[in-house]
Order: sequence, then C-alpha cells, then structure tokens
Amino acid sequence: MIYLKLFWEFALIGLFSFGGGYAMIPMLQKTVSEYGWLTAEQLSRIIVIAEMTPGPIAVNAATFVGYNTGGFLGGIVATLGVALPSMLIIFLVSRLFIKYKSHPDKIMAFYGIRPVITGMVIAASFVIAKTALFTEKTVAVFSGLFKEPVHAVSIGAVVIMVLALIVQLRYKINPILTLLLGGAAGFIVYYVF
Amino acid sequence: MLKERKSFSFLFELFRTFFKIGSFTFGGGFAMIPLIEKEVIDKKGWVKKDEIIDIFAASQTIPGAIAINASTFIGYKLAGRIGAIFATAGIVLPSVIIITLIASLFTNVEINPLIDAVFKGIQPVIVALIVTAAVRMWKRTINDTVGLLIAVATVLLLTVFHVNAPLLIFSGALVGIVIRRLFPDKAKKVLGKERDQ
Repeated sequence: MIYLKLFWEFALIGLFSFGGGYAMIPMLQKTVSEYGWLTAEQLSRIIVIAEMTPGPIAVNAATFVGYNTGGFLGGIVATLGVALPSMLIIFLVSRLFIKYKSHPDKIMAFYGIRPVITGMVIAASFVIAKTALFTEKTVAVFSGLFKEPVHAVSIGAVVIMVLALIVQLRYKINPILTLLLGGAAGFIVYYVF
Repeated sequence: MLKERKSFSFLFELFRTFFKIGSFTFGGGFAMIPLIEKEVIDKKGWVKKDEIIDIFAASQTIPGAIAINASTFIGYKLAGRIGAIFATAGIVLPSVIIITLIASLFTNVEINPLIDAVFKGIQPVIVALIVTAAVRMWKRTINDTVGLLIAVATVLLLTVFHVNAPLLIFSGALVGIVIRRLFPDKAKKVLGKERDQ
C-alpha cells in the first residue's frame, strides 16, 4: 500500500538524517529514485520550491513528494512520517534532560556545546549569503584568475541585507514585518524595473 | 501549572503561535531563531532567553528537521506530550497547506518571474535574520577564551572541512566534561556562574 510505504520511507528519512533539512536531501534522492516516485529533475525542482516557500524544508519536500505519489492523503502521511521520529525521540530525551538538569557534567557539557551552536549559526549565515548575495552572472574580468567561476556581488541584495540588519539589530523590528518589506523591495527592484 | 496549561485555550494559543512562526520561516531552522525570540520569548514569555540556545543545541543533536525538533521541545516543556503535538502541528501545517496548493494547482511547476523577484528580496533578509541570531547568540554564549576558541573552531570545521554537525556538538560536550576533570578550578568558576543565574 502506497500510504504505508510513504509513511515508512519518510519515517526512515526523519530518523537517520542528522543536521536538519539540507542533510535529508541525499537520502531523499536515493529513496525517490529507488521507488521511481520522481525523476531527478522533478526532485531538484521540488527542492527549489521547498526553499522558496515558508516552513521547514524537510516538511515541504515530504508534502510535495507525498502529494505527487499518493495525492492529498499521501502528502499528509509523508509529513507525519518525517515528523514522528523526532517527536518520539524528544519524548524520551526530555525525561533524561529534566532528571539530570543540575548534574555538573550536564552543565559543563552545555558550557562546551553553546559556543558550537553559535559557530553553527555563523556558518549557516555564510552558506545562505553565498546564494543570496551573489548573482549568477560571472565576472568576466576575474574569471581568468580563478579556477572556479566568480560570481558578481548583487548590489541590490547587499543593500537589502544591510538595511534589514540595521532594522533588526538597532530597532528590533518584528522579523515577520522585515521579511514582508524584503519581499516588497524584491518586487520593486527585480520585477518593476 | 502543567495542568492549567493543558487547557484547550492554552493549547490553541501554542498552535497559533507556532503556525505564525511556520508561515514565515524561510531558509531552514536557524532562520527561525529571531521569530521564536519575538513570538515565544518577548511576546509570550514562555521560554527564557538562555534556554533557547540549549533547545537549539538539543535540536541539532537528535535526528530530524531542526524546526520540528525545536517546536516539539518547546511544546513539551510547556504542556507535555499534548503540547508537543500542538506546537509541531502548528509549525508543520502552513507548509502542508502551501505545498499542497502549489502541487495541486500547477501540474508543471515553473518558477514565476514575479515570485522569483519577491524571493530575491526575501533572501537577503534571511541572511540578515541569521546574522542577527548569530550576533545575539555570540553575546550570550562567548564569555571566555574557551568559548571563543570553540566557536572559531566550529566555524572553520564546518565551512572548510565540512565536519558533520552532531559530531561537533558531541565534541563540544566532551570539551566541557574534560575541563571539569582536568581543570577543576575553571569548572568551579563556570558552575558557580551558572548557579547564580
């Protein structure tokens, strides 16, 4: 039965992917090609859409693949599958968390972990900046100097980023409002002109 | 406390808050941090500022999507299992609705130039949101040389050597535990500080 299969395969993806949505993509690729659920081209298009629409990338991809193979119910079942392992693990882990809350080893472990998380957030901003702030046009002047194609900095994107950063850090404006303003700026800069 | 929080009106509020966050989380789990800070910490006061870092640490360590893990953790902390279910349903549902609409309306999904333009404006804001999260977390988590070294090493190991995330988290935990064994004076200072908070 297709629903059971979708649920099971997405539960496996949820259970074995560490490091968030992007880490799921290789497993997703393997699963959809194994069952012939999607072609490689369809999947890469789905990933682009999953990135452009709000919500966790893992959930977006699961809903999309599920809908494509099993209709509305397929989408729901795949999404439940991808979320369920997380929930079950957290129910187990949270108990331990509360039990050892003030154990010195636990406190020292988190003392070591917190700077790691800060480092991860910094690294994540580099990764996203790479696609968000550069245009796909390569700079002809420089391309002879480097082995990899050099992408031009998109002035518009940098201006939007700096403005958003000022608004966020100095004026603490609601991030949702900032996202909406960014979308409006994109409409004006890239569509109207 | 927990009993009163299992009331339907609280659970609905939990669902509503995470539905709102899910509707505006572009670009993966970390982009969610400023939204959680605004909605869950500033507006509702459900979670303390320092707790959110530990919640994201735990969310990275276990498998699955970070956004789902973080929502489940917060929901569980506030109202037990039923709270976890409502928070996770909230974060997941906007995606399910939007993707189902897209998949059913467009049989052959092409990237529309208007949507592409809007997204090109949203993307730099996502960068700004993640940088904002990084700046605020830096202020809260880097209090000494050890923290500074760990953070710099993490950035290098991730971006240059592509070491996987859970391994880095376990290494961070190990550094903390080893400090307790080898440098008891330093550990005493850290533990004393934590107790004061």
